Amino acid sequence: MLTEKTMERLRILAESAKYDVSCSSSGTVRSGKKGMVGNTVGGVGICHSFADDGRCISLLKVMLTNHCKYDCAYCINRRSNDIPRATLSVSEIEEIVMEFYRRNYIEGLFLSSGVVRTPDYTMERLTAIVRDLRTIHRFNGYIHLKTIPGATKELLTEAGRYADRMSVNIETPKEESLKALAPEKDHQSVFLPMSQIQQGVLENKEDRKKFRHAPRFVPAGQSTQMIVGATQETDRDILTMSATMYQQPSMRRVYYSGYISVNTYDPRLPVLKQPPLVRENRLYQADWLMRFYHFSVDEIVDDAHSHLDLEIDPKLAWALRHPEAFPVDINTADYERILRVPGIGVKSAMLIVNSRRFNRVTSYHLKKMGVVMKKAKYFITCGELTSSFSQPIVGINELHPERLRPLLLSKTQQKRAAEERQLSFEFLP
Amino acid sequence: MNYYIFDRTLDGLLTAVFDCFALRQHPVTLLTRGSQLPLFAGEPHTVTTNGEKASRVWKGLEQRLSAGGLRIITLSWLSEEETLYQPLFSYICKVFRQPEGAASIERNASDEDVLHVRNTCRRVLHESQRMKQFIRFQKAKDGTYLGVVSPDHNVLPLIIDHFEDRFGDQPWLIYDAHRHYGYYHTPDEPIVRITFEDETTLPFDLDSGKLNADTLSSDDELFQQLWRTYFKAICIRERTNPKKQLSDMPRRYWKYMTEKN
Repeated sequence: MLTEKTMERLRILAESAKYDVSCSSSGTVRSGKKGMVGNTVGGVGICHSFADDGRCISLLKVMLTNHCKYDCAYCINRRSNDIPRATLSVSEIEEIVMEFYRRNYIEGLFLSSGVVRTPDYTMERLTAIVRDLRTIHRFNGYIHLKTIPGATKELLTEAGRYADRMSVNIETPKEESLKALAPEKDHQSVFLPMSQIQQGVLENKEDRKKFRHAPRFVPAGQSTQMIVGATQETDRDILTMSATMYQQPSMRRVYYSGYISVNTYDPRLPVLKQPPLVRENRLYQADWLMRFYHFSVDEIVDDAHSHLDLEIDPKLAWALRHPEAFPVDINTADYERILRVPGIGVKSAMLIVNSRRFNRVTSYHLKKMGVVMKKAKYFITCGELTSSFSQPIVGINELHPERLRPLLLSKTQQKRAAEERQLSFEFLP
Repeated sequence: MNYYIFDRTLDGLLTAVFDCFALRQHPVTLLTRGSQLPLFAGEPHTVTTNGEKASRVWKGLEQRLSAGGLRIITLSWLSEEETLYQPLFSYICKVFRQPEGAASIERNASDEDVLHVRNTCRRVLHESQRMKQFIRFQKAKDGTYLGVVSPDHNVLPLIIDHFEDRFGDQPWLIYDAHRHYGYYHTPDEPIVRITFEDETTLPFDLDSGKLNADTLSSDDELFQQLWRTYFKAICIRERTNPKKQLSDMPRRYWKYMTEKN
């Protein structure tokens, strides 16, 4: 039976879990089954609420315990922190999940845990919860399970049969900074479980070709997360790492977490007045370019531009660096080239290629379709925006990138970027 | 210009399409019953809704549009927006006026009418997604779960399949307080559409969506409180961003949501 104490424990453990960014309930479609509760919808998933920080609440994101034997500098739950500690019992978690789910509060469970005693001991308890949820409570909703680095493969394999998605966080793209911040961890301890999940997914795929009803293994794949702004890695390091991650067929999402100074006393970490939210946003934009816009990582960041431009988005930055790729003729260019025009997204690019079979698409149509003409007009020719028209067009090649750039800057974005740059990035030796 | 007056039903609109081809009158401005006639308008034609004519038009549409195109029409109709009538009417006329074998106009987003209908359909789908997100159930003493909503568009028919699939083993009632009807599901039985003759005797409050204290299940208050606690705890204070919260969860949905009350 749940009591007031449970409420306090839930509060403590939710606050401990909230720095994990991943929340999505996407990637797997499983319709309801007779005698079971729930389904998963696939697509982009369902976000049931939005907290005051604007982040979506899709899954019940909670830790089993925030006791931890590790001492990772960036983590709120590190051993040496003096914070309230709590542990939810297995039955408490299960009851909360089922009751929340039945009231349509959540899409499922996101469960992680601090490491107590040994990784195996912790993983064993996590596995027990997901097993109970599936077999005793007949829960058919979404389960995202954090993998404890260092747990044996057998435990991982068992957990993967019940979970929809599993994840291990890389935390930093370079191993030396991970070792500096988290002496107990190294990249090997992250990549090993990652490759074990990967292997399980691939084997399961083969099995399901032979036996159609073979139970699925981590059907929504895996995700991972990197901290932004806690170490000196450049955006190039981060994005190159994500690109490598996305080459694994089972890797669905890489999350970026702007570092929030939780442990201000630690000399290995910078003191930030506010989390690097603009930089985090730019990284997500770059991530989207790689996943949906056919960009490769070398096009977004290179030797000369190892950091993303904070004032303008990475797609616009690319366009300004490559005036030779423009103007793009909306009525004849390939889908891929239209997709590269700043101000045109996946949806409007699809509308354009569909519509131009009927008549010439003009800037009026583009505006109606939702293209951001404020940006796009410098990069396209269409209908009346051609050089044969009496009024000479003013595009990127006539204006030159360095004069175009100030026209495209928005005051608010500039201000936000400036504020973020002013923050003290003091790495003490 | 010809003026047609119709009765705000989809059948009426389809009959109007039939009439405008039968009478060879183009173009047509569609008016609703009781609306003001424009200045200098001639005698308007009053459309008499006729099921047979409407179904003939619909059959014609079935031959000319893909399943997706037909779905866009039915979905956009659920928006219940008066601004939809004229674009939808013109769109359907254009479908019939297309030459044989031409590419189907339904994908031509550079046509204003097509785009308007498509965008309306998109808004309806968006709101149905929001209902899946934001419906909150309360458990009554007899085990029925109640969720009250008042969406802008009439989206309840679009979401009951989702809830039946998800909560097939629990009895639930989703009630549209604005349109005064709802769907009631009991395990192993087909969903029924219900209306209440006398809404004043309902065991729940239509304005707040709350069940009366004597019908609320005994542990429900505890779980509501747990959920509110969780909602507060999961927010990172350093990242507070009310603008983002409002754009993803507009204030008009808050009144029935447990965590915001």
